[in-house]
Amino acid sequence: MSTVSRTVAPDFSERSRQAIGDEAQRTGIRGAMDFLQSKRKAQFPDPQELSDLRDLGAAIRRYALANLPELLQQLEARLTANGVQVHWAETPEQANALMLEIAARHQARLMVKGKSMVSEEVELNHAMQAAGIEALETDMGEYIVQLAGEKPSHIIMPAIHKTKQQIATLFTEKLPGVSYNDNVDVLIQIGREVLRKKFAAADIGLSGVNFAVAETGTLYLVENEGNGRMCTTVPRVHVAITGIEKVVAKLEHVALLNSLLPRSATGQAVETYQNFINGPRKPGELDGPEEVHLILLDNGRTQAYADPQLRATLQCIRCGACMNHCPVYARIGGHAYGTTYPGPIGAILSPHLLGFGAAYPLVTASTLCGACADVCPVRIPIPDLLIRLRNEAQANPQAARKALRDSGAKHHLLLTLVWRIWALLYGRPRFYRWFSWCASRFGALAPRHQGAWTHTRAPLIPAPRRLRDLLPQQNRLD
Amino acid sequence: MNDHKQREYPAKPADVYLFGTCLVDQFVPAAGLDAIRLLEREGIRVHFPMQQACCGQPAYTSGFPEEARAVALRQFDLFPQPWPIVVLSGSCAGMMRQHYPTLFAHDAPRLSQAQALAERIFEFTEFLVQVVGFSRPDRAGPTTVALHTSCSARREMDVHVTGHTLLGALEHVQVVKHGHEEECCGFGGLFSLRHPDISGAIANDKVQEIRKAGAQHVVSADCGCLLNILGRATGPEASSSAGEASLTGEHIASFLWHRTAEVNV
Ligand code: SF4
Repeated sequence: MSTVSRTVAPDFSERSRQAIGDEAQRTGIRGAMDFLQSKRKAQFPDPQELSDLRDLGAAIRRYALANLPELLQQLEARLTANGVQVHWAETPEQANALMLEIAARHQARLMVKGKSMVSEEVELNHAMQAAGIEALETDMGEYIVQLAGEKPSHIIMPAIHKTKQQIATLFTEKLPGVSYNDNVDVLIQIGREVLRKKFAAADIGLSGVNFAVAETGTLYLVENEGNGRMCTTVPRVHVAITGIEKVVAKLEHVALLNSLLPRSATGQAVETYQNFINGPRKPGELDGPEEVHLILLDNGRTQAYADPQLRATLQCIRCGACMNHCPVYARIGGHAYGTTYPGPIGAILSPHLLGFGAAYPLVTASTLCGACADVCPVRIPIPDLLIRLRNEAQANPQAARKALRDSGAKHHLLLTLVWRIWALLYGRPRFYRWFSWCASRFGALAPRHQGAWTHTRAPLIPAPRRLRDLLPQQNRLD
Repeated sequence: MNDHKQREYPAKPADVYLFGTCLVDQFVPAAGLDAIRLLEREGIRVHFPMQQACCGQPAYTSGFPEEARAVALRQFDLFPQPWPIVVLSGSCAGMMRQHYPTLFAHDAPRLSQAQALAERIFEFTEFLVQVVGFSRPDRAGPTTVALHTSCSARREMDVHVTGHTLLGALEHVQVVKHGHEEECCGFGGLFSLRHPDISGAIANDKVQEIRKAGAQHVVSADCGCLLNILGRATGPEASSSAGEASLTGEHIASFLWHRTAEVNV
């Protein structure tokens, strides 16, 4: 088994085709998804409790978004009062520039990183590397992915696409003095030993944020490995980075949301580590960082915020349950999506982050089966949002109402015309009857090759007589 | 789990409208005829408005709400009497019951029409179980089948419950639960054409699971899914997987009629 990542195909279809062809990876992902599904299910034995909790979760997140500007102001004020330095970044470039500025001020050479999808979103590691600063992932999955020169394929389990044998080979190749052993506990031990030494040497610790509490100025961070606590307490400087939507109004909201987050994500009742970060080390305290920063990133989120329907996208608490239950994700894995956030949440979020150029294939790559919306702990109506995004992408760019900056980017005159004709045929009973009559009369002449349909299926042949032709007289209502 | 509101059902009516759906009309007309036979045997007069076409779902889910509205509107006037409207496909029923109101949310007069129409929409198996109280002796020999329910039908109309109720009541029918039964079959309307590889992979797994469970026959209340699953089961790659028993299937209306008809047709 090779650890060399396959060359990345340029387009979504090709990437997904490759992923589907990789039998071993597909079986692995499927097994992992099944496992996570059953663990989540076991966490919610009472459907009524689950339903009520989801109502609560959705209400908390909707409330936060309805008051977003005020809550962000309050958050900034409280954090500042607590001694945390708050920075605002509109773009990934700005976020990286802020980070580099902090690093330069401390002449930092080494940054240890807790798991942060927003840091992936802004490609922080590249920016650091370009400036000669080592940015080391310390979450085991992230570490593996970084060692392999890849990106996370899942927002909660970054290395879910890798088998233990692949990881063992990777360690043997990349870590001096390590011999092949594919025992999972041994592998984790090997990784931990490498990382331990780095925590003590690091100048900066980076982390994400699960929820930022406005009323108290608290950064709430959950994790299972303890590496997050190390990153946020051992180095002299702690920088947290997150999206502007992660704010919640009250501390008690954290408790409620956290009764959904780990249970939905990994099927754990509670995470191993819960960190409430309120500010830097105070005089007389024995540990903690001397400086704490928070970078709040927009990167297209205000576009979603501005639209009353698409705003629901920002309710997300990044549990990953939608991808764990997605039939498309289970077949193609995370890399095929080609975006930081894969799966259903990636499909509704990426258009705001990247525009339709990169994100449109994701918007179309859903059967709208609704498994995602069924499990989403904060009740984001993902299929409805996908339908809306499909509409926005294909709308006439000349239309007055443009909800998104690149609404109409996927407008095709021909496709629009096809739908117009369809509406004409199906909307005029006489046309439809004539057209469907022709289809059934000449059904035997239906082509054996019907484009994408017959790729994997037998051709569709219309019945020689339609239902309406076969109806007994008493059932016909003209 | 589903947490939409419990629906109140009317008493068994003397008359119903039948909305056949475009797929049944064009590809599986037998399902329509069998549904009529089943309903008439229960003493219900069935009226099929000849002007009906399609519920508009393909345009709606593709992101063309204008075109969907144009087609949906045409179906509004087809049902002037206050009779229930029985729909032969779960996903079309879901479209008419759940999404018509959304489609006309910004058009007050039509919205109330859409809501009134939505109230009268019944998916076929839902209607048989909840309104008709269908109960007929099983007259055919032992068989093993799998039930596939379309996702929208399950989530929007609880069709998996009523489908299992109907099949479960047949004495000589063993309904096997197949792996990932709740999972999508990969059809997704135009998704199957736009992403044929992903769609094919999902459909393939569905066929395998049904076979693995020991069923050679699949029953569904959704023609889209059925055409997809059977198309995959008999498609170009199917022949290469040697030794596999063939998979057949039919609409649940036909299945029920064939099993309960006094003279087997
Ligand atoms: S969209 Fe919902 S299910 Fe998906 S990651 Fe976000 S909160 Fe979790």
